[in-house]
Amino acid sequence: MAKVLVVTSGKGGVGKTTTTAALGAALAKTGQSVVLVDFDVGLRNLDLIMGAERRVVFDLINVIQGDANLAQALIKDKRIESLSLLPASQTRDKDALTAEGVAKIIAELREKFDWVICDSPAGIERGAQMAMHHADMAVIVTNPEVSSVRDSDRIIGMLDSTTEKARAGEKMPKHLLLTRYDPQRAASGDMLGTDDVLEILSIPLLGIVPESPDVLKASNLGAPVTIAEPNSAAAGAYMEAARRLMGEDIKVTIPTERRGLLDWLFKWRAA
Amino acid sequence: MSFLSNLFNKRSSAPIARDRLQILLAHERMSVDGDNQDDLLAKLHREIMEVIKRHISVDQDKVQIKMDRGAQCSVLEIDVEVPGLTDRLSKKD
Repeated sequence: MAKVLVVTSGKGGVGKTTTTAALGAALAKTGQSVVLVDFDVGLRNLDLIMGAERRVVFDLINVIQGDANLAQALIKDKRIESLSLLPASQTRDKDALTAEGVAKIIAELREKFDWVICDSPAGIERGAQMAMHHADMAVIVTNPEVSSVRDSDRIIGMLDSTTEKARAGEKMPKHLLLTRYDPQRAASGDMLGTDDVLEILSIPLLGIVPESPDVLKASNLGAPVTIAEPNSAAAGAYMEAARRLMGEDIKVTIPTERRGLLDWLFKWRAA
Repeated sequence: MSFLSNLFNKRSSAPIARDRLQILLAHERMSVDGDNQDDLLAKLHREIMEVIKRHISVDQDKVQIKMDRGAQCSVLEIDVEVPGLTDRLSKKD
């Protein structure tokens, strides 16, 4: 049974696309078949992060409007066989993203893949609404910073009210992924801590990705961090998050500067 | 030394951020929760005004209706300002 997952945040620049690529590659590495769908019409970037920018021929809007079929638009990853990408259109208007068209594509993707990961654009407009509309579950990417937390709260409200699942009266499972976490600043008390964010947003924690130069390095290379720098702390956090998404019960470790007593003391359970 | 000053002197900013967010989001969740609530408040306002008008004359804008939605319970606050009511009542007597 395929799972449709939306990666969303409200605020821009918190790491949605990085997370989509990294989680998708991590899931695909475990043998699951995964498709990443870019919903950021007009400002696509998932193709660039995945290193597939020169292989885009047809896109999501082309498929919606019947100019191409799904098989023509899907780009197979060259590194992991079970990973594919459906790019967004760079030139078209967001209004081309029709509800019926998106519903049809998601239904088709559900039959072909184990995981359909929808990379939401920033904001709460049409693109973001379409990305979350058919989701079975959501990953909310949040930075430990006031504006990001506020926007995440707003997005959580939308997930619980406007999605198909919410309208059917069901509960949308939501997972918090805290990214760009800086252990040093958290320790000095100048960055919102994990417990602060969890208390405010009150959704279960999927993982904590530390701020890391490896993420930038990976995007320079056009590869998800879980492929480009698999041994980095950030990749480790994403790999663990992927396993949690598959139902494994692994404790979340809060990143610390020095490994030791603190590491052992602050362990969180993912719900 | 810097470690000590960190511990005792410097006020960290994260708790302030947390408190500000908690207050802000309590308000925003209430207002985003919807148009339904606005409708309800408007309706309450209209009907409460009708009842009050039957007995005393009071300005439309002297009646304030607020809803505070909390996690455990919500509070409906109705504030009616009635100027000179005591005079009028005593004259009637």
